[in-house]
Amino acid sequence: MSAAPVLIIAPLLLFAFISILAGLWRTSLAYISAVVGGTLSLAAAVFGLFQVLTEGKLSYHLGGWPPPLGIEYVLDPLSAFMALIIVFVGLVVIVYPPKAGLYQVPQRAVPLHGMIMLLLAGLIGVVVTGDLFNLFVFLEIYSLSSYALIAIGGKHALVASFRYLMLGTVAGSFYLLGIGFIYFATGSLNMADVARLLPSLYASPAIIAAVALIFIGIGIKMALFPLHIWLPDAHSYAPSIIAAILASVQIEVAAYVLIRMLLSVFQLDYLRLQLPVMATVGWCGAAGIIFGSVMAIAQRDFKRMLAYSTIAQIGYIGVGIGLANPLGIIGALLHILNHAFMKGCLFLVAGGIRHETGLREIPWFVGLGRRMPLMMGAFAVAALSMVGIPPTAGFFSKWYLVRGSIEGGNWAFAVIIVASSLLTAVYFFRVIEKVFANPPPTSSTGTVQKCEPPPRILVPILILAVGVLVLGLSNAVIVTRVLEQVVAPLFSIAGGR
Amino acid sequence: MLEEFLGRYSYFMIAVLMTIGIYGMLAKRNLIKKLIGMNILQTAIFLFFIEGGGKLGATVPVIDPQLGNDPAKYINPLPHVLMLTGIVVGISLTAVALAFLINISRTFHSLDEDCILKEMSK
Amino acid sequence: MEAYFSLKPLIAVLVSLLASGLIVLSGSRPNLREAWTITAALAKFAITLSMMPAVLAGKYPEVALFTISPGVSLALKVDPAGIIFGLSASVLWILTSFYSIGYMRGLSEHNQTRYFASFAVCLSATMGIAFAANLLTFFIFYEVLTIATYPLVIHKETPEALAAGRKYLVYLLTGGVVLLLALAFTYQIAGTVDFRPGGFLSQQVGQDRLMMLFMLFLVGFGVKSAIMPVHSWLPSAMIAPTPVSALLHAVAVVKAGVFGFVRMAGFVMGPELLQEIGALGIMAGFAAVTIILASLMAFRQDNLKRRLAYSTIGHLSYIVLGLALLSPSAWSGGVLHIVNHAAMKITLFLCAGAIYVKTHRENISDLNGIGRQMPLTMGAFAVAAMGLAGVPPIAGFVSKWYLVQGTLETGQVALTGVLLLSGLLNAGYFLPIVARAFFSPSPGFSKYSEASPWMVIPLMLTAVLSLLMGLFPDQLFHLYQLASNVAASVTGGGVP
Repeated sequence: MSAAPVLIIAPLLLFAFISILAGLWRTSLAYISAVVGGTLSLAAAVFGLFQVLTEGKLSYHLGGWPPPLGIEYVLDPLSAFMALIIVFVGLVVIVYPPKAGLYQVPQRAVPLHGMIMLLLAGLIGVVVTGDLFNLFVFLEIYSLSSYALIAIGGKHALVASFRYLMLGTVAGSFYLLGIGFIYFATGSLNMADVARLLPSLYASPAIIAAVALIFIGIGIKMALFPLHIWLPDAHSYAPSIIAAILASVQIEVAAYVLIRMLLSVFQLDYLRLQLPVMATVGWCGAAGIIFGSVMAIAQRDFKRMLAYSTIAQIGYIGVGIGLANPLGIIGALLHILNHAFMKGCLFLVAGGIRHETGLREIPWFVGLGRRMPLMMGAFAVAALSMVGIPPTAGFFSKWYLVRGSIEGGNWAFAVIIVASSLLTAVYFFRVIEKVFANPPPTSSTGTVQKCEPPPRILVPILILAVGVLVLGLSNAVIVTRVLEQVVAPLFSIAGGR
Repeated sequence: MLEEFLGRYSYFMIAVLMTIGIYGMLAKRNLIKKLIGMNILQTAIFLFFIEGGGKLGATVPVIDPQLGNDPAKYINPLPHVLMLTGIVVGISLTAVALAFLINISRTFHSLDEDCILKEMSK
Repeated sequence: MEAYFSLKPLIAVLVSLLASGLIVLSGSRPNLREAWTITAALAKFAITLSMMPAVLAGKYPEVALFTISPGVSLALKVDPAGIIFGLSASVLWILTSFYSIGYMRGLSEHNQTRYFASFAVCLSATMGIAFAANLLTFFIFYEVLTIATYPLVIHKETPEALAAGRKYLVYLLTGGVVLLLALAFTYQIAGTVDFRPGGFLSQQVGQDRLMMLFMLFLVGFGVKSAIMPVHSWLPSAMIAPTPVSALLHAVAVVKAGVFGFVRMAGFVMGPELLQEIGALGIMAGFAAVTIILASLMAFRQDNLKRRLAYSTIGHLSYIVLGLALLSPSAWSGGVLHIVNHAAMKITLFLCAGAIYVKTHRENISDLNGIGRQMPLTMGAFAVAAMGLAGVPPIAGFVSKWYLVQGTLETGQVALTGVLLLSGLLNAGYFLPIVARAFFSPSPGFSKYSEASPWMVIPLMLTAVLSLLMGLFPDQLFHLYQLASNVAASVTGGGVP
């Protein structure tokens, strides 16, 4: 038994309340305590990952009750990997000043940082829990925080958030109902225990219903096409930093649940051969890639374009999961990591542009490249990574996904993945052309007005942009050290080449 | 057939409740009615768990010296405990949704979806 | 043929990347900025040249940096084929750098910092392509080259330039993703992507899959080397400043595509395997059609740079044609033509640029009598044009000689006819320009004179270089020996 899994959540939960209480007294203290909590949690996550990689799976029994009776928190390579991504992106976003990220902070009413911490705590909880019902609770904790945070974005966001709440609750209820079926069939809620008990029950209609309900529920949370309808509004009206967290880690956590079901609850062959779940996820993903990319091309609003692009990127993850071979899962997990950095960076850039110039629509971005060269340079790196130009990170997740598709003999997926890089290129180069290739509006003296944002905005953006390059060059280390260990138990043989 | 239905009639009722809930969420144009639909859906699921935890002829799960340690004599408390948590989650969701609705009606002066959409596209 | 560890290939790649950083930092001081360009160009050439003796002796400098994907390293290795390409790019970069300075300042172009910085990145990518030791490393630099060239293509920032830039990206990124499929497919069926002379795939993989792989490669590399029918980005991209067209569209970008064919045909699939699956005929067919059609289309162009672009399309296919013949002489001729064509075509582009800077004229019909005012420029033009037509003793004759010999050795008389006919067509569309420039009456050209020495000296040097490479194909940089080394290692046959 090790306390590492709990140590990642505890600072977040604790400082969520400290931040709110301190914020009531003085606003700046809310910010400081959020950063402290995030840093502690990050340290725990880094430590946890190293410990997992050297010692293997760690588990913590909540309240001292051993599973399957008590709730078990598990840190295995997959959850440690996800936890680190969540905390890292979360901390970068917390550092980003709320004034730029939220446009209109009601001066004292919103305990903003506390909510963000609560959102992160919920996400981490989903990742480390080993209990199916506990997962539902964390799922709703993070969903509730995201509803509240989205609604800060103004009156459009309010409506978008309400709709998301409706759909999100349906998703949660479906998941809960699915768990109910599993519980009444097996008598257990512990994932490892359920996995042990399930194989003899696979033929039962209750289990089939449970699988269908759980996958639909998670599909909505993950915004997998065609269950994505809540996403474009929610992500484009949400404040930039909230959109950054939602797009880069929140929906990926739902993708994690899908992978977790595959790894720890159901058996792969059951979802692949007896029920066409994997094929469905794959094809939904493929359709989402095309749909999201095409819709993104049609958008004028920068953040809305990014939101549709998120649907396409979730499609990649869906395709990777749907392939259900080592390379596919590695590609999906690597894409979760890469997408967190790329999309986080892009949404923060959107916030920076909005803060410095008040612009939202792409046609007005003319000449920004010369007015804010560093920030737009970071944008260009992230955009090229979205397109999949080597040696940025985005290329390598595509590389594993294409190889996975070819290995699985699924040429249609391979062609869709590469074709969508072209569509991605269309919508990002449209922006790049506007930003860099058109002369900026000059002041009367004829010189370009520089308006590079202050370091507090710039540094998080640059960290993520540099991260995109570093992840690209070091992807082999991540894959061999972490991801191959993740997929190894799934396929008994050790990972891909 | 009839016997099967009578033996599990509560589950069929739960299914009917769920359908009503989902229908309300999809078909009603008034946002409050949608929210009520959501609550009905959640309640149906709570009932499902509670019904599943029930046991004919068993008593509350407090060990009674007269009945001994026979598990068949006590109902399973876990689903009920789970649903306490579920109800807490449900209430929080309803509260947040109601807060949104108050704000929406202040901003748009309506809770009718069509009116709000018309207002938003302006 | 052994490899030894050396950091030189890495330095050769990185030196211009470093320079591009320095260029950006010293953007406000043009003289310092240009000094970085020149220094990097000279350093790159010196390093490349210093690897030459070892390569000639059969020892290949090699450096594996780190694992880029499990089982594949980011690795550089200098072999004869690589050094031929790397050397031609680095020599011509020096000359183009001087020329660029004259050109950009002569036209007082905007945004020169971006121009020089992108140029330096392009050169890094080109060296990376030349020295890549495996297909994944090759592909990474190949895509970097595509992206780094984009700012140069749209340099003018006019609507036409932006449209050309879009067309450029659509074509080249499509080629890139098709190549990605080919790369992933190769890796999945072979388990390795390290280049090996003679190829590393075998017939066991199966006829259908090999044919499919070949078609993917054909499209992937075909786009960049402007094989018809996917050539039309090249004439459009001529809207770029002339030094860009000169170096990138006669030497670096398009040659990267052709060099891809060299790697694919010689080092991935192997000529014998291609022969067995019947792919060589397809390659030769596409190349032959492109040669003839491009030459015919060149006649119709009045814009000088567009005519040169079509001529480039034709000449690139000479090289592909050479690779498609399973004969050591044809391979030597093809590889030699990479260098020879580069030297001659760059001369022509530099001449076109010099004329544009002085007179702002781009159309051939406006150039009557220009030769009397700019004799050195047009003299160099005439030399290079005749070289491309295959007139001895200019460089083009040598490579064409080996190509023709290759067609005869393999008994492909039809292809001999294609090469000879194309020589005539080349003469047909180039000589009228020369004749017009020197012998037509000049309406009011008297106010013009030669362009600045920054521009005239480089273009004279490239013309002299083309002449010298024709006269002494082996003495100068041992090009012939290198080319035949490549041919021998790939085809497994001796050298005639």
